[in-house]
Amino acid sequence: MQIGYFTERPYRHIPEEEAFRNQAFFGISNRFFDPQKGSEDYNYYLDENCYAEELGFDAVALNEHHGTPFCMGGVMNVEAAILARITKKVRIVLVGNPLPVIKNPLRMAEELAEIDMISRGRLVAGWVRGAGSEQFFNHANPAYNRELFEEAHDFIIQAWTRPGPWRYEGKHFNYLFVNPWALPLQKPHPPMWIPGILSWETIKWCAEHRYPYIGLGTALGPTCDMWDYYADEAAKLGYQAGSENFGYLIPTFLAESEARAQELGKGFAFGAGQTAFSRPEHTLPPGYNTKDAIRKLARQPGGSWLGVSADKLRHQREGLEAADPYEEARKRALAHYKISQDQYRLIVGTPKSVLPKMKLLMQVLRPGVLVIFNVQGPVSNEDRMTSMRLFAQEVMPELREYSKQLGLVDPIQRVPGSVKLAAGVARAPVSDRSPLAPLGLQ
Amino acid sequence: MSFAVRRNGRFNDTNLTENNAVPKWYEDTVRTGGVDLALVKGGSGKPLLIFHDELGYTGWMTWNERLAEERTLVIPLQPGFGKTPRLDWIRDFRDLAAFYARMVREMRLDPVDVIGFSAGGWIAAEMAAADPHLLRSMTLVGPLGIRPRRGEILNFIAMTIRSHLRATVADTVNTPEFGKIYGGEMTPETFEAFEDARAETTRLGWEPFMHSPSLPYRLEGVRVPALIVWGDRDSVVPRGVVERYAEALQGAKVEEIRGAGHRPEIEKPGEFVRAVKNFLAA
Repeated sequence: MQIGYFTERPYRHIPEEEAFRNQAFFGISNRFFDPQKGSEDYNYYLDENCYAEELGFDAVALNEHHGTPFCMGGVMNVEAAILARITKKVRIVLVGNPLPVIKNPLRMAEELAEIDMISRGRLVAGWVRGAGSEQFFNHANPAYNRELFEEAHDFIIQAWTRPGPWRYEGKHFNYLFVNPWALPLQKPHPPMWIPGILSWETIKWCAEHRYPYIGLGTALGPTCDMWDYYADEAAKLGYQAGSENFGYLIPTFLAESEARAQELGKGFAFGAGQTAFSRPEHTLPPGYNTKDAIRKLARQPGGSWLGVSADKLRHQREGLEAADPYEEARKRALAHYKISQDQYRLIVGTPKSVLPKMKLLMQVLRPGVLVIFNVQGPVSNEDRMTSMRLFAQEVMPELREYSKQLGLVDPIQRVPGSVKLAAGVARAPVSDRSPLAPLGLQ
Repeated sequence: MSFAVRRNGRFNDTNLTENNAVPKWYEDTVRTGGVDLALVKGGSGKPLLIFHDELGYTGWMTWNERLAEERTLVIPLQPGFGKTPRLDWIRDFRDLAAFYARMVREMRLDPVDVIGFSAGGWIAAEMAAADPHLLRSMTLVGPLGIRPRRGEILNFIAMTIRSHLRATVADTVNTPEFGKIYGGEMTPETFEAFEDARAETTRLGWEPFMHSPSLPYRLEGVRVPALIVWGDRDSVVPRGVVERYAEALQGAKVEEIRGAGHRPEIEKPGEFVRAVKNFLAA
């Protein structure tokens, strides 16, 4: 199993009240950004990723967001390029480049090829559609989001694999001369893992392309449903999906004592946390989701990653824009902090309390890739590193053993989609829901 | 020609006269541009082509009723807005205007009087710029399509549907027909209809935002008789847009309706209908 480390690289110096007043992180004025502090933090977060390597994580994962203190990684390829040079062993996993908002897939192909070579073949490219708010920030037409995503992806694969020069005339992109000099070291191209939160279209697309799908803190029951859907699609295509096709990213924070972990872990609820990623009107812009996806979202029990939730949909529909008083909103965020832990969507504690929860996630979801997501909010560098160390030294070794017991294979060990499934043969299960019912998480 | 009478449940419109006998309007389809285009038709007399706004056709209102006394209203339901399938090749408002120009030719409506509301006004202006002979006259009501020198077209895409709807009228409480468009609660079907409309509008008008930089230049010298209707409390289309339309369309008549927002046709239906009837009669 691949065990990865991830952080949003939060900007930790805004007053929490600003996020509540703005009802979101997206759109908080950048007059709150201090480049002096930014310089310290950008360097610290690079060091933190090196520390993850030192601690024995297999991978460091990067993402990007725009116009928000929630994540300082505005151009993740810059960080990836630096990590490619200053780390030695870890895989550099991008979760992922938001293709529709970047608008120049040829440039993307070149950047990633350079990163792959500088890292000597440690890059895992991943693609996302970009959060709803990202479409506004980069003025990417939300109604073309999926078309842009798919066309950019298809173009990049060609740019990496088809000898040039050649001419490309697509619907959204046009190049009369495609001949990128830099090509990836990994052949035919770097592996690609696709993170996601709810979109059934993306899961189908992943199954069709045999790309591992990484659930981003998605609720366990619905995640099992998604795994089943992926595996059913895979079976139609003649292969058996397995742990190499699935990954899971889970917010995790550890400290020496339960009380301290719970106190600092509240950073996940800072400014209302994930639910405050963006306001309703920025979360679901027109045309960004298909009608089918919207109908499914309306039926989702929870799910607030990037602020995408049935609740946000309701707000978009009913336009409940009246701001809650600060104290009310804060109280609700803290209640959510507790509920998320009960639902295993947020793991906070000491190594002793965290370990069984992690094992349960592994048992249920059988992921080939498990990524922990470090705390948000104004938590000190020392406390962040303590959490990483406790996980790596006191939890990770047992998880590795447990993954062997479960027979989890990762997408590096086994090429996803390489296990053939004969027509008419029933596929094997890809998750184990048995622990969910006693926990009321079905 | 089919004569498919359908109750329009979405807008709670009964589609019947007071004695529940004669339908006031009916839905029809016409094959044009490779698609079955849905239309709402009603009234009698010479055809009056109507382009609905970026939120879609909002139902048969008082102003429709009044104009239908003298004219046959022909209201195409824009491709991609739910009833008519989306056409992939229509990628901006100029393309859409070309589609409607083909419809006008194929239905032999030309030259036709046209009223366009908001984005519908933009469509009408694009048609006039491309082929003035298609139109006998055009009435542009709070039209999108030209970037104002002062002020900005409202960024209604970065708003919830409800806020967008409410921004279209100056006084939601004292505009009874606004309740027919949005009564305060949305069924999933209504939500999807608005979502379709907003998605298609975004697809076509995202960049540059809800205008064409060349439109003012293409309109110069176009001699189609034009009426521009604008509510002085319009928060979607600022006065600067109307000013630039009036500059480009020399001789256009500008009718400013005091106290109305972006939907003068339902906010001040009396004044709106009077202005349109006077213009069409001239």
